[in-house]
Amino acid sequence: MAPITRGFLGRRPDVDPTRIPPGQYFERGFPVLSAGPTPRPDLAAWSFTIDGAVGRSASWSWDDFMALPKETFTVDIHCVTKWSKLDTAWGGVSLDTLLDGVETQAEYVTAWSEGGYTTNVPLADLRGGRAWVAYEYDGAPLEPEHGGPARLLVPHLYFWKSAKWVRGLTVTVQDQPGFWEQNGYHNYGDPWREQRYWSD
Amino acid sequence: MIEENPRARSLVLDVPAWAGHRAGQHLDVRLTAEDGYQAQRSFSIASPPEQPTVELTVDPIEDGEVSPYLTQAVRAGDELEVRGPIGGPFTWTVDDGGPLLLLGGGSGLVPLMAMLRHRAARESTIETRALISVRTATDALYRRELAELGPREGLEVRWTYTRTAPPGWDGWRGRVSAEMLELLGSPAAPQARPRVFVCGPTGFVEHVATLLVDAGHDPARVRTERFGPS
Ligand SMILES: Cc1cc2nc3c(=O)[nH]c(=O)nc-3n(C[C@H](O)[C@H](O)[C@H](O)COP(=O)(O)OP(=O)(O)OC[C@H]3O[C@@H](n4cnc5c(N)ncnc54)[C@H](O)[C@@H]3O)c2cc1C
Repeated sequence: MAPITRGFLGRRPDVDPTRIPPGQYFERGFPVLSAGPTPRPDLAAWSFTIDGAVGRSASWSWDDFMALPKETFTVDIHCVTKWSKLDTAWGGVSLDTLLDGVETQAEYVTAWSEGGYTTNVPLADLRGGRAWVAYEYDGAPLEPEHGGPARLLVPHLYFWKSAKWVRGLTVTVQDQPGFWEQNGYHNYGDPWREQRYWSD
Repeated sequence: MIEENPRARSLVLDVPAWAGHRAGQHLDVRLTAEDGYQAQRSFSIASPPEQPTVELTVDPIEDGEVSPYLTQAVRAGDELEVRGPIGGPFTWTVDDGGPLLLLGGGSGLVPLMAMLRHRAARESTIETRALISVRTATDALYRRELAELGPREGLEVRWTYTRTAPPGWDGWRGRVSAEMLELLGSPAAPQARPRVFVCGPTGFVEHVATLLVDAGHDPARVRTERFGPS
């Protein structure tokens, strides 16, 4: 049992508490977490690639990508810096669409981004209608500071797993900790089990 | 408790079995109400690793849940639950070398202050340029300490006031500009390949990081930490 903080009342959120994972608070704004400057990518040079331990790698240009079936979806997102934002509306391509036809025995994925950021996610977490590459937020093109032109979106894990400025997925046989995962953050990052840091 | 300005307070924590930290890291503070309800937020460590106590500086957000509690309700002797230190990329030690370029907006100065205090504690003369952007003089943190911080050799700290400058101020005004970055001199120039740390509200960090990259700084040497929502 945590010690009571003398005189602290707290501000109970006016939202369904079962939608806020432990240790998170309800946020109406949209904070930003990134370790470096926001890249300003050039759409003409943009591509999205799936490679690594796969039979045949796949790659899409921006125009190819825009021609893929688009899904719009509304999800709750949870950042390890403690904020949760509910009912965020996105548009993008389901990972089920992108991974359709990818045959592999490997179980891990490293998502990599413009600027060198990486994060690791089990391949199974990207399937089953639970992950997307999003390029719209609230009906408008995704802004660079929120990861535009396109970011990974894996809302059932802490938001650092939803790599901004994502450019590709490399399927790996061994699990390879990414940027924050090497810097003290949890390897899997389930907000409902409060897996924030290595020791959680 | 230390009053840093009319609103901001520093909390000096005596953390049992503190294993030490690196300048730039933060702590998680968790508050628990009587019914078990909890709220936690991150706060940068303002003190250098050389100091036995751990100091936080909290600049409260109006209507905030945690920060006004920490600046107004906490009293000396109270117990707080903390976790940390946390954070890897946004850290610096004298052993990493320089030059060092620090850009802080508002309370974004806090983790940069830990770096400057660490430099002072180690009596390092590493070339260091700091530019701090605040709205008004009453928003400024650590003004006097920064004016006296040593070693003076190699250290220059500049301020810019975005809303109201103090009376008689003949220094910089307005948002950080490409020209200000240039005027920080050769240790802060891209050719010198400084280690750059930018911290503050999201808008400040986005603005400054873009200026730095446009000026030719290697994005891989620019480390950022964003405090607030956009
Ligand atoms: C790594 C890290 C280090 C930090 N270090 C410090 C520090 O050293 N000193 C410090 O004072 N704060 C620091 N912060 C910010 C701090 O964690 C809290 O977010 C802040 O104190 C507000 O918390 P609150 O509970 O009072 O407000 P909340 O109840 O969380 O927010 C109230 C309202 O204010 C808005 N808001 C929240 N933060 C800001 C902001 N920074 N600017 C403008 N609006 C905001 C929210 O969107 C919300 O609508 C840090 C944050 C991070 C992620």
